[in-house]
Amino acid sequence: MHSSLSLSFSSSTAIPRSGYSSELSCAAPPSPLNLRFCGLRREALGFSSPKRNDSRRVVVSSRGRSTKVSASVSENGSAPKAFDYDLVIIGAGVGGHGAALHAVEKGLKTAIIEGDVVGGTCVNRGCVPSKALLAVSGRMRELQSEHHLKALGLQVSAAGYDRQGVADHANNLASKIRNNLTNSMKALGVDILTGVGTILGPQKVKYGKVGFSENVITAKNIIIATGSVPLVPRGIEVDGKTVITSDHALKLEFVPDWIAIVGSGYIGLEFSDVYTALGSEVTFIEALDQLMPGFDPEIGKLAQRVLINPRKIDYHTGVFASKITPAKDGKPVRIELIDAKTKEPKDALEVDAALIATGRAPFTNGLGLENINVVTQRGFVPVDERMRVLDADGNLVPHLYCIGDANGKMMLAHAASAQGISVVEQVTGKDHVLNHLSIPAACFTHPEISMVGLTEPQAREKAEKEGFEVSVAKTSFKANTKALAENEGEGLAKLIYRPDNGEILGVHIFGLHAADLIHEASNAIALGTRIQDIKFAVHAHPTLSEVLDELFKSAKVHAHVPSPVSEPVTV
Amino acid sequence: MSQLLHLGTSFVPSSSTALRRNPTSSPTIHISGNKRTTIQAKIREIFMPALSSTMTEGKIVSWVKSEGDKLSKGESVVVVESDKADMDVETFYDGYLAAIMVEEGGVAAVGSAIALLAETEDEIAEARSKANTSPSSSSPSPAAAEAPEKAVGAPEKAAPVKAAATVTVAKMASSAHPASEGGKRIVASPYAKKLAKELNVDLGNVVGSGPMGRIVAKDVEAAAAAGVSVAAEDPKPSPSSAPVKVPASTGIELGTVVPFTTMQGAVSRNMVDSLAVPTFRVGYTITTDALDALYKKIKSKGVTMTALLAKATALALVKHPVVNSSCRDGKSFTYNSSINIAVAVAIDGGLITPVLQDADKVDIYSLSRKWKELVDKARAKQLQPHEYTTGTFTLSNLGMFGVDRFDAILPPGTGAIMAVGASEPTVVATKDGRIGMKSQMQVNVTADHRVIYGADLASFLQTLAKIIEDPKDLTF
Repeated sequence: MHSSLSLSFSSSTAIPRSGYSSELSCAAPPSPLNLRFCGLRREALGFSSPKRNDSRRVVVSSRGRSTKVSASVSENGSAPKAFDYDLVIIGAGVGGHGAALHAVEKGLKTAIIEGDVVGGTCVNRGCVPSKALLAVSGRMRELQSEHHLKALGLQVSAAGYDRQGVADHANNLASKIRNNLTNSMKALGVDILTGVGTILGPQKVKYGKVGFSENVITAKNIIIATGSVPLVPRGIEVDGKTVITSDHALKLEFVPDWIAIVGSGYIGLEFSDVYTALGSEVTFIEALDQLMPGFDPEIGKLAQRVLINPRKIDYHTGVFASKITPAKDGKPVRIELIDAKTKEPKDALEVDAALIATGRAPFTNGLGLENINVVTQRGFVPVDERMRVLDADGNLVPHLYCIGDANGKMMLAHAASAQGISVVEQVTGKDHVLNHLSIPAACFTHPEISMVGLTEPQAREKAEKEGFEVSVAKTSFKANTKALAENEGEGLAKLIYRPDNGEILGVHIFGLHAADLIHEASNAIALGTRIQDIKFAVHAHPTLSEVLDELFKSAKVHAHVPSPVSEPVTV
Repeated sequence: MSQLLHLGTSFVPSSSTALRRNPTSSPTIHISGNKRTTIQAKIREIFMPALSSTMTEGKIVSWVKSEGDKLSKGESVVVVESDKADMDVETFYDGYLAAIMVEEGGVAAVGSAIALLAETEDEIAEARSKANTSPSSSSPSPAAAEAPEKAVGAPEKAAPVKAAATVTVAKMASSAHPASEGGKRIVASPYAKKLAKELNVDLGNVVGSGPMGRIVAKDVEAAAAAGVSVAAEDPKPSPSSAPVKVPASTGIELGTVVPFTTMQGAVSRNMVDSLAVPTFRVGYTITTDALDALYKKIKSKGVTMTALLAKATALALVKHPVVNSSCRDGKSFTYNSSINIAVAVAIDGGLITPVLQDADKVDIYSLSRKWKELVDKARAKQLQPHEYTTGTFTLSNLGMFGVDRFDAILPPGTGAIMAVGASEPTVVATKDGRIGMKSQMQVNVTADHRVIYGADLASFLQTLAKIIEDPKDLTF
């Protein structure tokens, strides 16, 4: 694929055409821009494999694109310091994938090393299969909610499900997305190298499967994107059957009558939604004093009233699960609880299964960080705001970056991808710092929770320190036509902003399709759009997006604040 | 005995409010009531706030605080749902949340009282009685509000309780829970716990049928139904044969088919379940002249006939512990450690069984006061689960309707239930060959024959008859 495309581009050179030439012959004119795929392929052209570099140099120099790129290429094969790749990414999760795609777009010769399966946690053991399960749970909830159906005038006889069918759906979705990811990278000419990647020294990486010969490659820049694994606290024995992590739960090998979920963050909440919809009863075990820590308290409170209290869920807060023993010999799973503060034994639970959703631990062992004097902090690779890796003395390690869960800045797939893109921008000569406060997050319960920026307490703390005013505006889904048409009026959107200049500090949404609604706010934060401007943007009626429209309109920004978007434009 | 003295000096039998004793209040409460005139000012009402300009009424989403909690100014007390959103409502004063007048899920008009705030702990009880006597204009549910006072002549007045929405529960005698450690720990699934709270079922008395003896939702439903089943077959206790006004039947549309309410469904299931228990019945006629005489004598001290009967039954049970036992799994049975007499009280739309705990040990005066208190609490819907689920033996009385004999269905989970008929003047032949008039009542005990045999009941009834016919032991 790669070579054939090169050939077609370099039609003006002496290389004979391949079988693809007829399809692409129309591209014979000097500019390759009207070729199909050209937007994606033209960079790949300059950097095909070293074996054919004699012909390639002609092409590159003739096109005269980025000097930096041609420099690296001209080194290739001639200078002693030749790199096999411009960019090597260790880990083909969503972060690595995002970085690879952007690298290709920027004209970098890119390889990605993956020791397991392409797609990483998100695609194989995280966001993707869980969305499949949540899609099922959402429908089950609808079909089981007699009251809701009746209100819509619908009649449905008892809804049931086939566990294996549900599990297959999740598994099929994961493999579909995994193939899409793999194909998209292959199609772009990213080399996918199989094996565990280890950093040998500056700009040098080895990879290889256990028991096979190892390959050493050099790269101008290296991105660590090894992600994370479920965190299992001490004292908890995971057997993969009755005491499980999200990795096992997503396979949905059984639906227990009663499952304890340790941790009430995103993962725990989503699984509680799945399990209760499939008929399980759930007990949350949360170390902090309130459920759903990390969410805006007001949203958390409302979410608890909707997602927890009316469901078959109870909870213990302020306790640690100090010991969890899997079920065996006819005995149930036993969980010992101790007080989170005093560490005194508090209670014990006997349940059918326990899901450990206490968070995720970075997967950075065996990366060879010691070879470059980098010491992890609780497993996380220390980085600066540009994702540049810091060594044990706090100095920058040149040409080495770390993105995603492995650096722990924001453990979200799309954050990793954004960080990867930011790194590629930097290595191609454009300074870029990612604003993490503009990265949205979502929890796909029914209804969904989404957020971007600061929570109210965080905003108030910041305001106190920096001496500005904070205001809060709220709108309810009860006032939204579309939500009411769906008979899903439960929900709240909350805007935290600065009334003095109209800056959006945070937006939190709990309600129907909240995860899809948040982007108007996250884009506004990313682009620095102020409330006084965005409130004039028009939303289609009737849509759920009007919840945000209302929200922006209900904010009260001081009148004297100038608005840059004030010039009327006639069209 | 101090309580007894107390009664002798300041007790006013005709005043039912003075009788109300609250467990949390000091025993002097009914004295202080008259002395303090400033009390009313210290008890503040918490009003349904107007949370938006268009709001006319608000729904109580949840009480953040419970009765008895200390509040400080500015603290959230209740979450109210307006037409727009749910909001926390804060208190403007320090104090104690004395009484909640509109329960969760209830709706109240803007400006109406939803709770009472007492300034000091001592005033909580005062505030509660105030809340009971002057119920908020807007009640939790329309059904609860209309419960009419259609109770009856009997001295202790088993009053109707607002209970259209309250599912009542009878006891399932106490024994060690299979999945618990010596009964200390109750293993119940999350939904079972939730249901138990909703249906006011004490999980300590529910037998679990789930894995490892865990209590699951259907056990709680069954327990709730067991409580209701008592209601199903016997309305109202009152040993006196005083004539009773039967409440006029309310508007029932004839010829309509009415689906079971949840409670009726539970009763129905439970009635069918009761067929699994092999029961039998033994009757006895007891002369009550001596009991009636005793009652007349100590009535002025607040003693009620229900308490006398419960006391007599408890004393008889002391001598026949097997009648106070219960069998649940068909393999073993439990000699219950306390004698807790549950007395069925009819309420509108059902029945509740307040329990006189340790009726064998408590003196008759305390027992009578306890009974009044339980009835008052039942009326105010304030009975705690342990006050109506812990009975080990049930008394049911239809005497006030003039019923002379009937039999009761045994509530699953208990050993025996006694149906008490009216005490009526009867012409009897005595052993010395004369004919005379005696007041006699018929009792009929239904028991679980797996554990209680005919001879057990017979000797129990003989003992009971002896106690009632020579009641001096009842007053100690």
